[in-house]
Amino acid sequence: MGNGAGTRSGSAGVPPSPPLPRLRGRVGWGRSGRDARAPSTTGRSLALPAQYAVFPVALLVAWQVCAQIGFIRRNVLPAPTDVALVWYDLITGATDAAARYSGTWLDHAAASIWRVFAGFAWGIALGILAGLLIGLSRIMERVLDPTIQVLRNIPVTAWVPLSLVFFGIGNAPAVFLIGLGAFFPAAVNTTHGVRQINVTLTKAARMMGANERELLIRVILPGALPSIMTGVRLSMGIAWVLVVVAEILAVRSGLGYLLNDAYQFYRNDVMIAAMLSVGMLGFLSDRLVVFVRDHLLEWNRLETFSGQN
Amino acid sequence: MSHLGKTFASRHGNVTALADINLDIADQQFITIVGASGCGKSTLLNLLAGFDTATSGEITVDGAPVAGPGPDRGVVFQQTALFPWLSVEENIAFGLTLRANRHKGSPAIVVERMLERTGLAAFRLRRPAELSGGMRQRAAIASVLAINPSTLLMDEPFGALDALTRSIMQDFLLEVWEEERKTALLVTHDIDEAIYLADRTVVMTAHPGRVREIIAVDLPRPRRYEMRSEKPFIALRDYVTGIVREEAIKGAMEIAA
Repeated sequence: MGNGAGTRSGSAGVPPSPPLPRLRGRVGWGRSGRDARAPSTTGRSLALPAQYAVFPVALLVAWQVCAQIGFIRRNVLPAPTDVALVWYDLITGATDAAARYSGTWLDHAAASIWRVFAGFAWGIALGILAGLLIGLSRIMERVLDPTIQVLRNIPVTAWVPLSLVFFGIGNAPAVFLIGLGAFFPAAVNTTHGVRQINVTLTKAARMMGANERELLIRVILPGALPSIMTGVRLSMGIAWVLVVVAEILAVRSGLGYLLNDAYQFYRNDVMIAAMLSVGMLGFLSDRLVVFVRDHLLEWNRLETFSGQN
Repeated sequence: MSHLGKTFASRHGNVTALADINLDIADQQFITIVGASGCGKSTLLNLLAGFDTATSGEITVDGAPVAGPGPDRGVVFQQTALFPWLSVEENIAFGLTLRANRHKGSPAIVVERMLERTGLAAFRLRRPAELSGGMRQRAAIASVLAINPSTLLMDEPFGALDALTRSIMQDFLLEVWEEERKTALLVTHDIDEAIYLADRTVVMTAHPGRVREIIAVDLPRPRRYEMRSEKPFIALRDYVTGIVREEAIKGAMEIAA
């Protein structure tokens, strides 16, 4: 877990390749290309869900079989059905299958979500601000950038002991760690976004009489937005990694705490349900960021595939 | 209005790009600058636009020295300067919605006029990426004309277009210019284009860039495409081509030596 988090924050500065095309039918490769070649509409409508379902279903079946035949001891690796029942009780408290954890899911999930968004919010706010300053001003680049470049190579998990010493047990170290993790990708990608803005556009805006404020708000921010959103998306991913780390070590609530507590009490079924819960919430958060991004950057998709820069 | 171009030299790592340029441009004239690549013609335009400062000499527009870019000198760039996140009409309105241009009239009215003039009315809601190269450059010209500059500076505006589109755009530009009658300065390496558009064509030397010759183009206006295959045009073209080729070869030899 610790290594995983470190690697992710370490590589956060590398901007990923542009988003995959959504222009079905207009781009002649990948999924849309294959769809176009499907023989008939009925064939496709049957085949498409099957294509999506085949791997996860196979995985679940294999897992169920392994647990059922006793290939792996059931209390070490509970079957998917066991996990599902426990998960249901975790959420509703209806069956007592999760015993002492029965009905606690909502509180834990809410605690984790709150920490993620609190940390994420201050992390990206400061990150975007720092990124803008570094990208826009040579002086701020000299003042801030070397420090950021050095600090971002310290895995955020390595900050855990210090933040515990500093903030004690509670929400504060969790929100601090998550914000710190969210800060770096937001800062680095914002800097990159500001620097890659087409010089002709800033020249044109100046020529038309734009003052510094107008240049920032109407040219630089929108121009850097695709890259900023890439950073924000990476930040969100790291936030969910760090919330688990923080909750295992620093707080007594949240899905990470649930996960670790279940581990202490040999409740591997609860542990797996907590893991899957984190994955699910992380996935939903990512969809949220993507939704916001696509809303703000409708133009960028056209741009990426028209061959103009 | 007069551009009192005087002696200036711009340095790029101690290379003199321009030396002793003297140029006087009368109001509402269409001047083209032609020369081999590397003769500093784009540098000259950058100085006029105010993106760069001269190392010697001075430039004045309407008697006032140039101190940075401003909406009195509209620039059309080779790489189309349209904001990709704005639609065509928003791009055209951009300049007028800036503080500096508040007094220049209602963006809505100007945008309508420009859309009509450039034939882009049907494409008003499109984004730049959804336009062809020619349409994009039309929109860029419209967005510059919208702020009503007294001077229009163009740096190889049609350089990225195919030959057919380019000739159509030249006629479009002339049409707009006849109506708006702005002082226009266009930099190009296309000799036909330079003659076809100009009242006067400035031929530049290379290394360092100097004015080799200023040629008056006495062809009647409005210009028509057929003029290009008529005798006076051909004579001018042969003459200008001769000088430009001579300069280009000289430049190449100097680099080799």
